[in-house]
Amino acid sequence: MWLLRFVAVRLLQAVPVLLGVTLIVFLAIHLVPGDPVQMMLQGRATEATLAAYREKLGLDRPLAMQYLRFVVDAVQGDLGTSILQRVPVARVIGERLGVSLALLGFAALLSVVLAVPLAVLAAARRQRLADHLIRLGGTVAFAMPSFWIGLLLILFFGLQLRWFPISGAGSGFADRLHHLFLPALTIALFLAPLLIQSLRAAMLEVLTAEYVEVARAKGLGEGRVLLKYVLRGALVPVVTILAVNIGWLVSGSVIVESVFSVAGLGMLLVHAVSTRDYPVIQGLTVVFAVLVLAVNLLADLAYALIDRRARVA
Amino acid sequence: MRAAAVADAAAPNAAVAAQNAAVAAPLLDVQGLDVVFRTARGTVAASRGVSLALGAGETLGLVGESGSGKSVLCRAVLRLLPSPPAQVNATRLAFDGIDLLALPEARMRALRGTSIAMVFQNPMTALSPLWPVGDQVTEGLRVHRGLGRAQAREVGIELLRRTGIPDPAKRYADLPWQWSGGMLQRAVIAMATACGPRLLLADEPTTALDVTIQAQILALLAELQHETGMALVLVSHDIGVVAQTCDRIAVMYAGQVVETGPTAAVFGAPRHPYTQGLMRSTPRVDRVEGRLAAIPGQPPDLAQPPAGCAFAPRCAVASDACRATAPVLRPVAAGHASACLFPERLG
Repeated sequence: MWLLRFVAVRLLQAVPVLLGVTLIVFLAIHLVPGDPVQMMLQGRATEATLAAYREKLGLDRPLAMQYLRFVVDAVQGDLGTSILQRVPVARVIGERLGVSLALLGFAALLSVVLAVPLAVLAAARRQRLADHLIRLGGTVAFAMPSFWIGLLLILFFGLQLRWFPISGAGSGFADRLHHLFLPALTIALFLAPLLIQSLRAAMLEVLTAEYVEVARAKGLGEGRVLLKYVLRGALVPVVTILAVNIGWLVSGSVIVESVFSVAGLGMLLVHAVSTRDYPVIQGLTVVFAVLVLAVNLLADLAYALIDRRARVA
Repeated sequence: MRAAAVADAAAPNAAVAAQNAAVAAPLLDVQGLDVVFRTARGTVAASRGVSLALGAGETLGLVGESGSGKSVLCRAVLRLLPSPPAQVNATRLAFDGIDLLALPEARMRALRGTSIAMVFQNPMTALSPLWPVGDQVTEGLRVHRGLGRAQAREVGIELLRRTGIPDPAKRYADLPWQWSGGMLQRAVIAMATACGPRLLLADEPTTALDVTIQAQILALLAELQHETGMALVLVSHDIGVVAQTCDRIAVMYAGQVVETGPTAAVFGAPRHPYTQGLMRSTPRVDRVEGRLAAIPGQPPDLAQPPAGCAFAPRCAVASDACRATAPVLRPVAAGHASACLFPERLG
């Protein structure tokens, strides 16, 4: 069973990466100028209180021990306590994780649904009207900033047509999809042009491969040639671009979240940074690292499904 | 100079007519085939008034240097040339009496792979790396004959066995990179002959293979032809390869057929200086001849074909007449024609 071994090997390979990330995150708080405890208590504490806090947080122990503690806690889902909200970081993040994952998944799905047919059409009709229109539309959509596209969508589909709600993330599956459609579309309008461009270019390259001519010589229709031989051969770069961007969007979707008032991880990160809520920043960094690794694992799996040569882990 | 080619195409000459008469009701009938590519740097005439005829079950060897128009001819017959940039015109381009140029695309597609099939030069790139070999071999059967997956597999295994793949049932689901070049070419041949074509176009089928494998592949083609009675166009730049397999030969140079006739006549008594040059530049093991004689110079640029004989600039016996007049194929013996103005000058 190649799948199990493949996933197992990739997960094992992720362990050192995660250790590295946690080490950097852990050290970061010790590199911040000043005493973290003093910073937490904002300089209004006596020496005795500071000492008590250090002991309580384990900060009086050697650095290596502290790191071990941090990792062991993190593995158990304990990411510390938010300074500002006085609740566990894991819970703060957990409340938002679902929304962010739903938004990203929806956006990824929408961009693929938009991009694949348009890219196939553009490649099949290269240098003709449809191709030029698709590429022009892609450039325009890509050139417009997300907040601007978001506002336009809100104005048109939200306020004018009243098809979609303009803020919040909704509750329950259908309601959530309904709420997240416009923000996901905003992200997709940025992602799809990238996907279309790379997929079109890759398809044009595959179209020159001899096996495409062989397929035509077999008497296959152009549609079958394009979908079975050309599209599949051109999917790998698309998966790569999608994975890189989704990985980035895990934290980079903050503008879209703000425009649509979706309480996701991006907004949490901005809030935590602006209020210097270090435990939350630490926790988010670890969670982002895990998500990026997960996205990459999914991308590797996709490669393996497209091309069996990639199944050798 | 384009006018010359067009005029040539408009009036199929006597030699070809005689040749066609010799081949009763030709399976493949090509007359005055012109193929031009409109590119950014001008119009390239890849085929200039090519005429050929091939009877059922016959083997025609198409020889000539790279770029002489052999592959373009095969692709024009299957209508595989993309347009633009390619533009195909002919006085007649018929398969089994069907006018291929007038045929709607859907009917042309139904002919491809069923009645006319093609074997390509490089087996390593002829199959998609993402699909199992067996599925690609039997795809034509499934599309054209409506076979189901299981049925196709059964037939496919038999096809692979017939082309000499050991243990085909086990190798059926392999991916192309798991096979050697020789095995892949066997698979490509199995794929091309799956639907029992009446005409097989083999475009340099052995060029990408080791010499030891080349002979096996040629033997396989001959064997399949013997079994099925299909006609075969064997394209090669290797005179040795075509000499041992083909009934008749057409020598191509700069997009034109310059000599055609029975294999023994063309290679035994060549009546065109280019054919002679080709033969002198081919090494032979049965004779020690000292240095091989290369043909001096380069083939002409087909974006600007010369006004007279295309071979004149490289020809040792060319005269002013050769540089002024474009020769057409004329009979020099029964079934043997040469596009040389002075075939009698050749010793």
